[in-house]
Amino acid sequence: MSLPTTSPTHSAELPPPSRQRHDPPFRVRISRLSRLDTKGSPYLYIAPFFIVFGIFGLYPLVRTAWVALHHWEVGADEHPFVGLDNFSKILSDSYFWNAVLNTIGIFVISTVPQLLLALVLANALNRRMRGRTLMRMGVLIPNITSVAAVAIVFSQLYSRDFGLINWVLHFFGVEPFEWQAYKWSSWIAISTMVDWRWIGYNALIYLAAMQSIPRDIYESAALDGASPRRQFWSLTVPMLKPTIIFTVIISTIGGLQLYAEPLLFNSGANAFLGGTLRQSQTVTMYLMEQFYGKFQYGDMATVAWLLFVLILIFSAVNYLITSRLESSGKRGGSK
Amino acid sequence: MTTVSVRQPMHRPAEEPPRRRRGRDLFQATPLTFVMLLITVVLSIFPLYYMIVVATRTNDAVATTPPKLTPGGNLGDNIGRLLSNENAAFMTGLVNSAVISLTLTVSVVFLSTLAGFAFAKLRFRGRNQLMLAILVTMMVPAQLGVVPLYMMMADLEWANHLPSVIVPFLVNGFGVFMMRQYVSQSVPDELIEAARVDGCNTFRIYWSVVLPALRPAIAVLALFTFMAQWNEFFWASLAMGDPSNPTVQISLQHLSNGYYNDYTQVFAGTLLSILPLLAVFILFGRQIIGGIMEGALKA
Repeated sequence: MSLPTTSPTHSAELPPPSRQRHDPPFRVRISRLSRLDTKGSPYLYIAPFFIVFGIFGLYPLVRTAWVALHHWEVGADEHPFVGLDNFSKILSDSYFWNAVLNTIGIFVISTVPQLLLALVLANALNRRMRGRTLMRMGVLIPNITSVAAVAIVFSQLYSRDFGLINWVLHFFGVEPFEWQAYKWSSWIAISTMVDWRWIGYNALIYLAAMQSIPRDIYESAALDGASPRRQFWSLTVPMLKPTIIFTVIISTIGGLQLYAEPLLFNSGANAFLGGTLRQSQTVTMYLMEQFYGKFQYGDMATVAWLLFVLILIFSAVNYLITSRLESSGKRGGSK
Repeated sequence: MTTVSVRQPMHRPAEEPPRRRRGRDLFQATPLTFVMLLITVVLSIFPLYYMIVVATRTNDAVATTPPKLTPGGNLGDNIGRLLSNENAAFMTGLVNSAVISLTLTVSVVFLSTLAGFAFAKLRFRGRNQLMLAILVTMMVPAQLGVVPLYMMMADLEWANHLPSVIVPFLVNGFGVFMMRQYVSQSVPDELIEAARVDGCNTFRIYWSVVLPALRPAIAVLALFTFMAQWNEFFWASLAMGDPSNPTVQISLQHLSNGYYNDYTQVFAGTLLSILPLLAVFILFGRQIIGGIMEGALKA
């Protein structure tokens, strides 16, 4: 890397570019062209990212704020400035709060079991056994499947008359019912789709972190008489703290933007309403409702901002909760 | 080093065997764990198996109680109905998704390695600040800018055409960051200096020295990009919402909205739509798992 600074003196004495590149005296042959190369090419190489991001990332981001402050209808010639009117309109819309409730409800009943089961699964995958690679591939298969396919298959599994789940439940005396019809049942159905797809993926992330825990810790814990269950809760879980926080934040960002699963769970042209009584309309579906049903760019941008704020709040809250839980777990372990 | 290697063989026979056996017991799966894992794998695969069952049956056979649990022989007919269904444009969807995913895989890999190489090995003013800026861009959810982005696509008359789902995603912060990490770990500075001394210009160094060293990382980034793009739903539902020119996911959405009484046709579509993903997974499953696990350690 120090070559370019010493080069100018050499290049003055040397003949213009020749093909003797392997000859030692000529090796530091830095012409004006190659100085342009070393100075300019780094910017050239990173430019594509900044151009693409600037036009299609940063500019829309800034403009979202602008559009949200206007009454902006699709196709209209004029978009009058309305200040924060869009915000007060959306915030006083009970359908918006219903969507917020659904989003948070589905997020909680999907994410908590999802991450707990992923932890248990990772602990099992961390054992020595036959066909370990096949097991890992097996639990990851749901994650590589496309979300639309998952939602369609699960919607059929949950269908009222010929769905497998109602059929299994009838052995337990449960009458066949429409899972889409109630808030609680559609939340559960959607959560199982999300969990089926993401448990294995999170388990692999936990597994990676578990493998980096030194094994002699477990050996000495076993010598001290700690049961496998005790080892799991008092050693493994506390040591995975950073990884758990990471997955909680990632799940929060993804979970609050939930869209395809509830959309495809509800069939028909008005699927984005999330059912006749909006049992399972999430915030992103509500955002799209402002487009399909009403053609209001201004309202869409407003909802996008509110969703962003929601994600920020929940990421912060979940970060705090996870840090608390973990440290109390550690304290329990040291007793 | 020599003392250690001399000492170890002398001490090991006495101390290690019992210790090792204990370690094996501790980390050996119990039969219960093994059975639980098998059940998990079965549950993971069952919905896909059921997809095959429905896709190969007739609608009458699916609408029975108890439900059928074995594949039938009606796959050809179901696929035939699917491909001749003009409202779903499924074939167009498959071709569009293939074009989008392959184009973006090549472009993301090329532009990310190029930028990652610059950030890891080249000196230029503002390098650290610009890298930090890229990290910040990764924190902002894509949904925030979606409305103006769609307005832009409408103005450019790209909406419902392939550029709307390709051009904005030619390169992303995740790819650049990942490649920067790999380049700084796996390409020694000496190698680059040697190439420069040999008269390579910067692009030549990238092409002949850096790219070959990055092969494993490129495989992982390419696989993730391909799968993510094949599965992309939210933006495509907006930008490619026209039923006559959909991506494969949007075609599935139209199918499931309009033909929910014809389950077998819809399921034939879901089956075809995941075949490329299954092929990729069977061929490169190990690399995908390795990529997820290594990424987890870096995060």
